[in-house]
Amino acid sequence: MSTFVDRLLGRVKLSGWLALVAPLLAVLFAVVITSVVLLATGKAPLETFQALAQYGSQPRTMAVIVNTGTEYYISALAVAIGFRMNLFNIGVDGQYRLAAVVAAGVGGAALLPGVLNIILIVVVAVVVGALWAAIAGLLRVTRGVSEVISTIMLNSIATGIGSWLVTNHFGVLRGNELATKEIPGDSRVPGMALIPGTQLQVTGFIVLALVLGVAYYVLLNRTRFGFELRATGQSETAAVASGISVKKMIVITMVVSGVVAGLIGMPELLGASYKYSTNFPTGLGFTGIAIALLGRNNAVGMAIGALLWSFLDNSSDTLQLLDISKEIVAIMQGVIVLSVIIAYELVHRYRIVAEQRRVSRELATPQQAEGAAA
Amino acid sequence: MKILYGMQRPDEGEIKVDGSPVVFHTPGDAISHGIGMVHQHFMLADNLTVLENVVLGSEPRRGGVALDFRAARKKIKEISDAYGLAIEPDVPVEELGVGARQRVEILKVLYRGARILILDEPTAVLVPQEVDELFDNLRGLVREGLTILFISHKLDEVLRVADAITVIRRGTTVATLDPKGVTARRLAELMVGSELPSPETRESTVTDVVALAVRDLTVRSDTGRAIVDGVTLEIHKGEVLGIAGVEGNGQAELVEAIMGMRGSTGDITLAGEDISQWSTLKRREAGIGYIPEDRHRHGLLLESPLWENRILGHQTRRPNVKGLWVDRAGARADTRRIVQDYDVRTPGIEVDAAALSGGNQQKLIVGREMSGDPVLLIASHPTRGVDVGAQAAIWDHLRTARAAGLAVLLISADLDELIGLSDSLKVILRGRIVADIDPTSVTPERLGSAMTGAGEGA
Repeated sequence: MSTFVDRLLGRVKLSGWLALVAPLLAVLFAVVITSVVLLATGKAPLETFQALAQYGSQPRTMAVIVNTGTEYYISALAVAIGFRMNLFNIGVDGQYRLAAVVAAGVGGAALLPGVLNIILIVVVAVVVGALWAAIAGLLRVTRGVSEVISTIMLNSIATGIGSWLVTNHFGVLRGNELATKEIPGDSRVPGMALIPGTQLQVTGFIVLALVLGVAYYVLLNRTRFGFELRATGQSETAAVASGISVKKMIVITMVVSGVVAGLIGMPELLGASYKYSTNFPTGLGFTGIAIALLGRNNAVGMAIGALLWSFLDNSSDTLQLLDISKEIVAIMQGVIVLSVIIAYELVHRYRIVAEQRRVSRELATPQQAEGAAA
Repeated sequence: MKILYGMQRPDEGEIKVDGSPVVFHTPGDAISHGIGMVHQHFMLADNLTVLENVVLGSEPRRGGVALDFRAARKKIKEISDAYGLAIEPDVPVEELGVGARQRVEILKVLYRGARILILDEPTAVLVPQEVDELFDNLRGLVREGLTILFISHKLDEVLRVADAITVIRRGTTVATLDPKGVTARRLAELMVGSELPSPETRESTVTDVVALAVRDLTVRSDTGRAIVDGVTLEIHKGEVLGIAGVEGNGQAELVEAIMGMRGSTGDITLAGEDISQWSTLKRREAGIGYIPEDRHRHGLLLESPLWENRILGHQTRRPNVKGLWVDRAGARADTRRIVQDYDVRTPGIEVDAAALSGGNQQKLIVGREMSGDPVLLIASHPTRGVDVGAQAAIWDHLRTARAAGLAVLLISADLDELIGLSDSLKVILRGRIVADIDPTSVTPERLGSAMTGAGEGA
């Protein structure tokens, strides 16, 4: 039988409407809890949610939500690839930051013109992310080091290497901000004016995120590699007996996870700030973990989760106008993740019992005693 | 056993302790009635001392919070002295040998006030001298008025240590005997059942072509002990070779070595090709089918649909994949074929494997492993835990495949199955092949005593 962790990480799938009901109930529950907190602090819940919704539905905010959501989604995909195989890549955070630093340095040097430079930057980011993740994979298969521990430590090391690179090699002092050289204007990825009523463009990387989402689904569900990955995640013993090399799978999966992680910083680097500075977003890797849990590693589920998370993050600014602490949103996010996990667990138990009953009922009708005894 | 220790609830019947009926819901209930269990696999924390291990879970308190180690140490010394266990409370468990660890387990149970001890295969991990020491300790405990339930496969040990013997076969009590008036042979007969099926007069399909040859195969445990010790065997096309033996004598390791799941030394040749350095995948691709002993751990993805389970172990071959892509239509169609041909009772191929009964899960595995024209089929307890109908069906499939030229390595604890299906039989004991037996003329006495080592040297 599956363990709680299996179900937590979505290696056990939920079918049909149950998969939708569980997260909806969880969000509803989170709204209730948040209301209680708001009431306890003397604020009106209804007004608060109205304010959030109003601010969140303004065209400008919507563009921001989509842009942040794009980064969140890529991060969640990177985490989910590992989760499906029982690998906890906590190091997505370090992988994307180190990848972004090196890619920013290389891109700022403008070794190649125009689009070629964009390709170079992306390739560098992907390679750095993959190599950094591979360290944890290799440590796991050669020395038996838990990838949780090694990736957490590699996150710290990545931070150290990143600031060393910026300070000593790539950094240019402009005003009092130390950052990498800006990527030249012809090597930037343009945005798209998708949302009417605002000047703010939607990042061109939304296309990449969608492609990655589809690729994630296809890789896991339609390819041999994906089958072996899921089989290993579900039962390592069965994988071994089936001739799947678990060690090879661990290294490859870490590398693939690192490849995707390397892309997380690209929308920011090539589409927004064009340089790596102290203002570069951090912690996206950890947000990705929460969203992967929220979306149960499902390509569509994580997309919805990323947008929800981004909506909460971005519209929280407006709460200050109502004199409500924006941390109320953090409470809500936490409650959503917790209640989603609980809801999935309850639904799962219900489903197992229901399916077993269904099978024995369907078998009992045509061939009574035989089917029941079997 | 699990029922006695409160880990499972009985469907019917009752348990009486000291004459009064009791109901156990948890192991805690059993402990409070003075029943303690010493598990086959030690449940000790290596980095803690004996004292800490013993008190874990029932720590003596002083003043509500503080641990009273002094009282515990005193109590452990008393118990150790009273029963002659020779346990030092302050030694870390990791420094103790296997025998001493077992005594710590016993002490742990006594510390909780047990008067009835259940020992589950206590000698499985011990060397002969340690077994002798354990038996001395057990006799000491009995002299002090304790009751011991000693569960074992090893007949000579049971005869040596027990005051009364109950034989259980397939979940029912077969006999209760006095060890003084019974021989190991009689016990073996009772254990394996003497109603053997009359050997079927059937045509032998054995050919001269060797499908699998194993020479001097040795598997060592982490500590260097030989679990499989110099096994040599040959299986011809159209032959079923049965391996008889009491469980835990190296059968599982032998199978895993042939499958390439476990490191081994010696030669393995499949259809004339040396495969001893091949990966499990390559061996499977070369035509080894594998019905694993534990279908839940090794044979199935319980929470995946049946058609995905069809792919498992065959994930590089048609009709399941086309190049790097999973061929969903092909896998589904072939799963439907297996469901039909092997009579897997299921409402469809989209249900999870977990929803099927054990017998139907096993039929699916048999069907899967018979697909793709295997050269050799390794069938490890192929009908364990399946209902009678599925058992007969699986036997039929094995016979048909054998007639079609398949070589089968059959490992089983069920002697009816072994004798009924095998063309030749080998007996494995402590990792070694100790006897070759002709299944057409075997007697239960001979097989039983060879299996249990009671007839060794005879």
